[in-house]
Amino acid sequence: MTVDMKTPVLIVDDYATMLRIVRNLLKQIGFDNVDEASDGGRALQMMKLKKYGLVISDWNMQPMTGIELLRQVRADSDLKTTPFIMVTAESKTDNVIEARNAGVSNYIVKPFSSEILKGKISSVLGAF
Amino acid sequence: MSAWPNDRGIYAQLRKLADFIAKTRAEIGQLHPEDVKVEFITKATDELDAIVEATASATHRIMDAADLIMDAASKLPNGQSDQIMASVTSIYEACTFQDITGQRVTKIVGMLKTIEERLDRMVAALAESDVMGVPTAPTKLDGPSSDNAFIESREESDARLLNGPALPGRAHSQADIDAIFADGGKRR
Repeated sequence: MTVDMKTPVLIVDDYATMLRIVRNLLKQIGFDNVDEASDGGRALQMMKLKKYGLVISDWNMQPMTGIELLRQVRADSDLKTTPFIMVTAESKTDNVIEARNAGVSNYIVKPFSSEILKGKISSVLGAF
Repeated sequence: MSAWPNDRGIYAQLRKLADFIAKTRAEIGQLHPEDVKVEFITKATDELDAIVEATASATHRIMDAADLIMDAASKLPNGQSDQIMASVTSIYEACTFQDITGQRVTKIVGMLKTIEERLDRMVAALAESDVMGVPTAPTKLDGPSSDNAFIESREESDARLLNGPALPGRAHSQADIDAIFADGGKRR
């Protein structure tokens, strides 16, 4: 399976800087169909209006955190198969376990490189 | 077998304790807790907010410049722009410092707020206590008051997982994370 570079991607983070960084890194990798949401609640609304092929979300957001967004996505019959990568500074074992139990597709710890991002996307969506 | 202290001994001990409490109260009074709260903690919080604002602004300017370099590089003939693109990617990657800095500062602001709350409670407890320093009502510092307090809600459980970035040397690397993830979430 190879990655379709036209796959719609949703990035979720409450830091505008981080949204911009991830968007730019995705652009360099080759993705140009990228939308942004500044918290979990907004992301969920957007996911109900548009089918995304990949969600890349921060964990630490208010009012809805990334882990709560993940749980809601996995509990929704229309959204539950959406690939979901958590990108977060939360690097404790408990966090990784919690995210994995909630059904996360992969987990990236901040700060990260473009290569790490590309590698994790590849592990979720297929080879580039 | 040692004898119980006599009345005079107990009185002397209580006197010492009362003197100690009185001295502590006087010392706390000299600290001017309201000044600490208003002057130092508020100022420190404002300064930290200013750091986040300044780093965010600087990061956006760096990224604006990187965007321009990338646009210019994309107009170069094939092969000539690779090194420039790689360097621009490094700039973007390095800019994640702002997010990490923001989260660290948020942690510090949270700690300052905790200090402020505890300072308030300490001052209130000393003001309400009698000469023996017995608080009139339990405070949050006393811990859970019922067994139900030990049953953690999902919100509390999630809140416990929000720690922000760990200090260098105390954080799991991406390789550690991958290993935990590959283990199927087994606890290490």
